[in-house]
Amino acid sequence: MMSTDTNPKVAAAFGASIRPGRIIAWTLLLIGGLIMVTPLLFMFSTSLKTAGQVYDLRIIPAAPTLENYIKVLSDGRFMRWFFNSAFVAVTVTLSNVFFDSLVGYTLAKFEFRGRYLIFLAILSTLMIPTEMLVIPWYLMSSQLGWLDSYWGIMFPGMMTAFGTFLMKQFFDTIPNDFLEAARIDGLNEFQIWWKVAMPLVTPALSALAIFTFLGNWTAFFWPLIVTTSRELYTLPVGLSSFAVEQSIQWEMIMTGAAIATLPTLIVFLVLQRYIVRGVMLAGLKG
Amino acid sequence: MASTPTQTEGAAPRRPTGPVWDRLSMKTKKLIWVWSFLALPILFYSVIRFYPTLQAFWLSLTDWDLMQPPVFIGLGNYKRLFADPQFWKVFRNTFTYLIIGTPISLVLAFVISYYLDRVKIMHAFIRALYFLPFLTTAAAMAWVWRWFYQPAPIGVINDLLGLMGLPQQPFIRSVTQALPSIMVTSIWAGLGFQIIIFMAGLRAIPSTYYEAARIDGLGEWAILRKITLPLLKPTTVFLVVFSSIGFLRIFDQVYNMTTNDPGGPLGSTKPLVLMIFQTAFSSYEMGYAAAQTVVLFSILLVVSLLQLRVLRDK
Repeated sequence: MMSTDTNPKVAAAFGASIRPGRIIAWTLLLIGGLIMVTPLLFMFSTSLKTAGQVYDLRIIPAAPTLENYIKVLSDGRFMRWFFNSAFVAVTVTLSNVFFDSLVGYTLAKFEFRGRYLIFLAILSTLMIPTEMLVIPWYLMSSQLGWLDSYWGIMFPGMMTAFGTFLMKQFFDTIPNDFLEAARIDGLNEFQIWWKVAMPLVTPALSALAIFTFLGNWTAFFWPLIVTTSRELYTLPVGLSSFAVEQSIQWEMIMTGAAIATLPTLIVFLVLQRYIVRGVMLAGLKG
Repeated sequence: MASTPTQTEGAAPRRPTGPVWDRLSMKTKKLIWVWSFLALPILFYSVIRFYPTLQAFWLSLTDWDLMQPPVFIGLGNYKRLFADPQFWKVFRNTFTYLIIGTPISLVLAFVISYYLDRVKIMHAFIRALYFLPFLTTAAAMAWVWRWFYQPAPIGVINDLLGLMGLPQQPFIRSVTQALPSIMVTSIWAGLGFQIIIFMAGLRAIPSTYYEAARIDGLGEWAILRKITLPLLKPTTVFLVVFSSIGFLRIFDQVYNMTTNDPGGPLGSTKPLVLMIFQTAFSSYEMGYAAAQTVVLFSILLVVSLLQLRVLRDK
């Protein structure tokens, strides 16, 4: 990854004359990067401090303690919210990976009357902001008894136009010969999609999965509207209510924020390379 | 046309199908597959996207408090909205987030990615530092920033100002400073994404262009102006629109940083989405709130159409 410049042309282009400038640029970039993570560092460090130490600005606590975590986690609320968020995000992600790619594949690889119309119709929903739909969704949920349920939180996101569009773009690029060969081998259309086409677009699938998971894990607006009982809050909504309740106990609020942020941050950090690639992929195609 | 069976290998026992299925032509079979693949999605998009959209438009023409059935009042909600000074305040706030936030975050993101792209030493580490905030939960980080902005013994920023002998600032407690303070938080949250997209755009420019320019004796600045920036236009337009839409829909940060008086102090930070939220789910004026969502929709539509326009004429 961090290979040194062996290309003489590049080395010549960034000749010795620019070197001092590059060192300054590098240092500034590093300082900027450290400033970017300062809020995260302070959050974590304060979560390890007692109430008396909160005003101490040192990043590394004098006497780190897990007391806050024990206090915050002891009544089980955060565990529940964590589970709710994970369940909702995983379910919605699986649904999107399945349906968005199924629809994207159908629109990319089949000739049929109405194909273009359906594609345009789905694409047009990208123009409609969630905010415009929440009032009808709320009404629908209250009539059908979906308020305050997992399904109520999840149903608006089970399929997305963004995901369908992304997957169609990728299925467009796979050659028809592969699919024809599978057809001759006697696979049915569902098997062709699932066993032949899907493995060819795994980078796009992982990009879609990461985006959907992240979007649903951090979602705030709709879960705030559709949930009213504490047991069904997702982590962001639960954290918000918890923080209001704690009012000025900042070490407790920071502990809650850390619990809401750190576990996924670590997972994402491990997967960083794939996420960056996924963001680039989706950003350029989308 | 639909009758000639192409292959008759007896009864293929593996297929979960009866004799009727076998008599269908390839083309008909394919069509049946297509519509069975699309059945559930068509139902979903009709019920969860299109019908609610139409309903939102219709509700915006009604007076409705959830208790009584909706009453049609024509354009009454829109007249009331455009005569409401609170709406214009919220409108101005929303566009302040957009007009100041978008250029600042884009310039920052471009400068950082321009230099970061050339960094070889600890490239992945430095990139991760910038990217991390993008992976956090807005609601959680809003509380961290809220704590940063507190007055002296508590708030980290005022503590630092104190150490440097600078005057203390009220930040989110002040009518003038609250909006910029929240804007900083949301620029911080979105910067990592923009940097990654800019870097992808920079990587996509063929290196032969640069080599040719250097052979022609162009300096760094000229290369940036004549090659990098023009070729980066699609990326930039995408990010301008993405960031604008983000600021037009800002909610999580404002809501969490001002929970004691949402959108305060004195409504100085309140964006359109927060007004919608309060009209619908605090005052239960559903028709009025629906009209506000239609206004938001129109603004977003104009922004998206402008993007298409800019991208089309080169």
